[in-house]
Amino acid sequence: MSDAPHILTLKIDDQDVSAVEGQTILAVARENGIAVPTLCFLKGLSPVGACRLCLVEIKGVPKLLPACVTRAAEGMEVTTDSPRLREYRRTILELLFAERNHVCSICVSNNNCELQSLARAQGLTHVRVPYRHPRLGVDATHSRFSADHNRCILCARCVRVCDEIEGAHTWDIMGRGIDCRVITDMNQPWGQSDTCTSCGKCVHVCPTGTLTEKGVAAAEMKKRQQFLPYLTAMREERE
Amino acid sequence: MSAKIRLATVWLDGCSGCHMSLLDIDERLLDIADRIELVSSPIMDVKGFPENIDLTIVEGAITNEEDLHKVLAFRKNTKLLMALGDCAITGNVPAMRNTFAIDDLYNRAYVENADAEKQVPGAVVPRLLDRTRPIHEVVPVDVYVPGCPPHADVIFYAIAELLEGRMPDPMKMGKFG
Repeated sequence: MSDAPHILTLKIDDQDVSAVEGQTILAVARENGIAVPTLCFLKGLSPVGACRLCLVEIKGVPKLLPACVTRAAEGMEVTTDSPRLREYRRTILELLFAERNHVCSICVSNNNCELQSLARAQGLTHVRVPYRHPRLGVDATHSRFSADHNRCILCARCVRVCDEIEGAHTWDIMGRGIDCRVITDMNQPWGQSDTCTSCGKCVHVCPTGTLTEKGVAAAEMKKRQQFLPYLTAMREERE
Repeated sequence: MSAKIRLATVWLDGCSGCHMSLLDIDERLLDIADRIELVSSPIMDVKGFPENIDLTIVEGAITNEEDLHKVLAFRKNTKLLMALGDCAITGNVPAMRNTFAIDDLYNRAYVENADAEKQVPGAVVPRLLDRTRPIHEVVPVDVYVPGCPPHADVIFYAIAELLEGRMPDPMKMGKFG
């Protein structure tokens, strides 16, 4: 009897919506056609709330909370769009652009980049903080793929897909704060990794031009992420 | 009809692709030509800096002392300043040199890769600034038109809106890259 899912009622952007207990605000919003910008989130991978783009306002809560990891609750009143949220989202994107060297014009992912699309969608006209221009390398030691750290936003999608879906856990994050880097194995060159299966899942979930296939020129890299919800659904069914 | 607007275009550290895209507006340029007085541009032979400019369109990033001198002079003499293209807005490809030390750049360009006269130039070539900067890091910018290069339609939209006295929102049509 008590096995029936507990249904919650809440408001998102003044719209009455219902949620199954345990659902995140992001999942409920998307089910109801309410757009919330995300970058590190990818359906099929565990959410981490790293990029903060999905921050929302919740009435009575002084802090902004990430919609991708905050569970819906009874009577909640959520606002997904406001001048304050737009300002935060723009600033987050500007900080991402300033942190490393995202030169869109010569990127293989130009026109197919989630960071670039979000900048446009959020109306980012320019970056108001000084660019850091760090000296970062490209790991092209793998026979099929390359990793351009200049374009990494540390969303950790590669880390998650490699661990949770492929089960290899080749990718991880090393360092702290501004010195964080994605690494393969024990910070060895990707081409010398003992654990990498060369499946390419990390390449296709990467939202920017960081992880790419070799042999593509500027604006030629198109990521294919359809496999992920499919694989996840198949596994859930089996369980 | 109101008086003609005084327009200047400036070419700093960029490849001139933005100016090419400006010319790609093609015959629509004729529609707005009688409303514009071009007072300075790389496609004209004008010495010095005109005054009382209504709109200055700047292509390119600020890389050397000459760029800095020009952008300061034009900003002083213009009502509105448009940053045209990714170099002007983000630094783009010219700013990739910022990851290197200036002495290494000079050495690479004028000594290591030179066939003859291996020396860093003194007076004739403008000195590089400490780093390549987008325009808004140095002077205020009123309109940003992104793209590498911006599409002719986006440039035309921005200019046409300004001619009508409206502030354009080029991000609606354009994008970085």
